[in-house]
Amino acid sequence: MSNRRSRQSSSASRISDDQMIDLVSKLRQFLPEIHERRRSDKVSASKVLQETCNYIRKLHREVDNLSDRLSQLLDSVDEDSPEAVVIRSLLM
Amino acid sequence: MATLISEIEPPTSTTTDLVRRKKRSSVSSAASSSTTAGSVSSESHARWRSEKQQRIYSAKLIQALQQVRLNSSAATSSSPTAQKRGKAVREAADRALAVSARGRTLWSRAILANRIKLKFRKQKRPRTTTKIPSMTTVVNSSNRSRKRRVSVLRLNKKNIPDVNRKVRVLGRLVPGCGKQSVPVILEEATDYIQALEMQVRAMNSLVQLLSSYGSAPPPI
Repeated sequence: MSNRRSRQSSSASRISDDQMIDLVSKLRQFLPEIHERRRSDKVSASKVLQETCNYIRKLHREVDNLSDRLSQLLDSVDEDSPEAVVIRSLLM
Repeated sequence: MATLISEIEPPTSTTTDLVRRKKRSSVSSAASSSTTAGSVSSESHARWRSEKQQRIYSAKLIQALQQVRLNSSAATSSSPTAQKRGKAVREAADRALAVSARGRTLWSRAILANRIKLKFRKQKRPRTTTKIPSMTTVVNSSNRSRKRRVSVLRLNKKNIPDVNRKVRVLGRLVPGCGKQSVPVILEEATDYIQALEMQVRAMNSLVQLLSSYGSAPPPI
């Protein structure tokens, strides 16, 4: 069934099923194993892709939060003098 | 100048040492798992978790943050809102990440290319707005909406199977992979996730460092 579908689609996504399974399993390694089912071999590709999208969005949000905190810390450093000397030696 | 450089270098090494010490536990576990993994995946897996890579990235991140600091202190005329500063830090971190990828991946090249494109756009804008401003803005918005409409239509068609649709969504999340083929998007996504994880770890440890210095009582 999936073979027929991939042949019918006009886009250039005619990769073999094996290649797809290979790439998806490789991708699955790096996802945090929150929703681990009993049959860990037969998780659907669609689920893996959904988890990947969610994970990337989560990482983006974390980076945004961290960069906001970093910018606040970098600015608040100038107020105290003894710590500012140390941090200036680190960052300048 | 030479004395200044020699003064700067040891402090950066101390921060990277601290960064390294905190990461040693995660790196040792990652190294043991990477030896058992496959050929290509272990390569990229080990690449983003190696100590050397983390050292390189943290050094570049610190340099980039120095520049952000200098820019923000120099340009006091522009309203330094917290959001702008946060975005500047995020862009600097992304750039440092892209540079440490050494141009081997699509997303890193896209991040670096986008920055150059933005610089050119900023220079060109004052010229185009002197002409009929209403016409240009209308044309731009209609072009953008046309592109968006086409991409949304393609995503909503039932002919495209579920998996392909999700791969397209993933391609939009990873920078520079909006119009790539499916295997390319999946490969870029694996590398991008690992790089993002390293970025998060590095920024976390930097934040902890700075906040611990800030809250430490001054020596009397």
